[in-house]
Amino acid sequence: MSVSRLQETLNTGRFAVTAEIGPPRSCEAQHLREMARMLRGSAHAFNLTDNQAANVRMSSIASSVICLQEGLEPVMQMTCRDRNRIAMQSDVIGASALGVRNVLCISGDHQVFGNHPQAKNVYDLDSIQELMVLRNLREGKNWSGEALPEPPQLYLGAVANPFADPFEYRVTRLAKKVDAGAQFVQTQCVLDLERFKKFMRLAVEKGLHERVHIIAGVIPLRSHKAALFMKNKVAGMSVPDELVDRLRKASNPKEEGIRMCVETINELSSIEGVHGVHITAIAWEEIIPRLVSESGIRPS
Amino acid sequence: MIIAERKPLPEVLGMLDASNEIMVLGCRSCTAICLAGGEKESKAVCEALALHSELKGKDWKVETVTVERACEKEFLTPLADFKGTVLSMACGIGAQVMQELCPETRVVPGVNTSNMGAPEGMGVFVEKCAGCGDCILHLTAGICPIARCAKSLLNGPCGGSQNGLCEVSKETPCAWDQIVKALERQGRSDLLGVNIPPKDWRPSRSGGPRRIVSQEAAPGTAQREWRGEV
Repeated sequence: MSVSRLQETLNTGRFAVTAEIGPPRSCEAQHLREMARMLRGSAHAFNLTDNQAANVRMSSIASSVICLQEGLEPVMQMTCRDRNRIAMQSDVIGASALGVRNVLCISGDHQVFGNHPQAKNVYDLDSIQELMVLRNLREGKNWSGEALPEPPQLYLGAVANPFADPFEYRVTRLAKKVDAGAQFVQTQCVLDLERFKKFMRLAVEKGLHERVHIIAGVIPLRSHKAALFMKNKVAGMSVPDELVDRLRKASNPKEEGIRMCVETINELSSIEGVHGVHITAIAWEEIIPRLVSESGIRPS
Repeated sequence: MIIAERKPLPEVLGMLDASNEIMVLGCRSCTAICLAGGEKESKAVCEALALHSELKGKDWKVETVTVERACEKEFLTPLADFKGTVLSMACGIGAQVMQELCPETRVVPGVNTSNMGAPEGMGVFVEKCAGCGDCILHLTAGICPIARCAKSLLNGPCGGSQNGLCEVSKETPCAWDQIVKALERQGRSDLLGVNIPPKDWRPSRSGGPRRIVSQEAAPGTAQREWRGEV
């Protein structure tokens, strides 16, 4: 049985498309609604980030519900940075009651990177423990063991970063997440295909592709400067020099970036164990419809 | 040991504005070792205060005393009659014990108490323990992720770990990178795939201020019960 369109798509063996939407910085619900309308039909489900990069934004719960109202299926991100196990369970029960089904369990960017570096972080749970707690909730018990008359309906996701270190341990940690309850996994953006293929080979050797749906992350880059920023400033990224050079030499870097992203999507779709792609187009969400059309993965 | 660092002098001067008699109270234990509040540092602060008083015409009477361990009343009792302002160069514990001993006196902090750690090279002190009250070092190859991971993850490392470093600071080793490698080195790879469940934080600060009663030493019923006498 599937509780969401994303789950149904993956369980029936179709290639899933998810895409990221950054909630607005203030109460611009109308802006979010317009973006949702513009993106409708471009993906099976849309991630609503949870104060991404530790910057204050509209909550992922509210943003998810606004997307639901506009006919988009949300993937609600829930970080461990800002909520303890009480708030975590309460927020997820509330979101499920409002119709949210897909929940992505993440530890969250450390607050030093955001606009409130003075904040006290929580980390009562880590992302793996969050999965354990939310699976338990879905199975009808809160973490204290009390039975829930009406448990939340949830499709639980996790993230994996094949480009962080120590490399081999990343596959073990993915297995830990699957053990903890992850049903789908979205990876960090793939710019270094060779390393990603190596990661997938190790995951397939362990049989993880049969226990969890792996959705590979992609990102369209607008310029070589954007690529350099990813390479030098974003922790846990791997950006090959050839890619930076290709963007630098391009007469129209934006078009080249789109072309490269489409090429990556095509390559990823042929890798064993990859069951979908997740598109992160930071502050460039309007390009998503074109990317899915040109790569032939627009959901039917 | 407790790691502390000296407060900037202007901040200290701000606390002492209304004083006339000041005792700079040093400690020969932790804050002496981390070069923040031992005899030498206390004397230097005392001299700075005297100079300030002279330059600004404050007419402060300044003295300095350094005790063996400022967190034990026994060492502080001889100072209990002091009526001026105490500038404590001991950790926050020492400052509070002195305050309890002299409830009428103002005790102000001369240092910022930071963490429980160890010296790591000349003048470098690094946090090692968060005092969570439920030690799991046997599961993490003797490296504490609560104190040494920026997110206190029990199932790390997070996606920000690269080249053995923490994303939060390039001067900080990733504790989980160290744990993974140490477990392999120690032949405990079996622990690498095991999920550590959510922690019980009650023995930590979340249970309120902690009180530990040593059954061997505490007088009274508890001790007699422990001995099986009642």
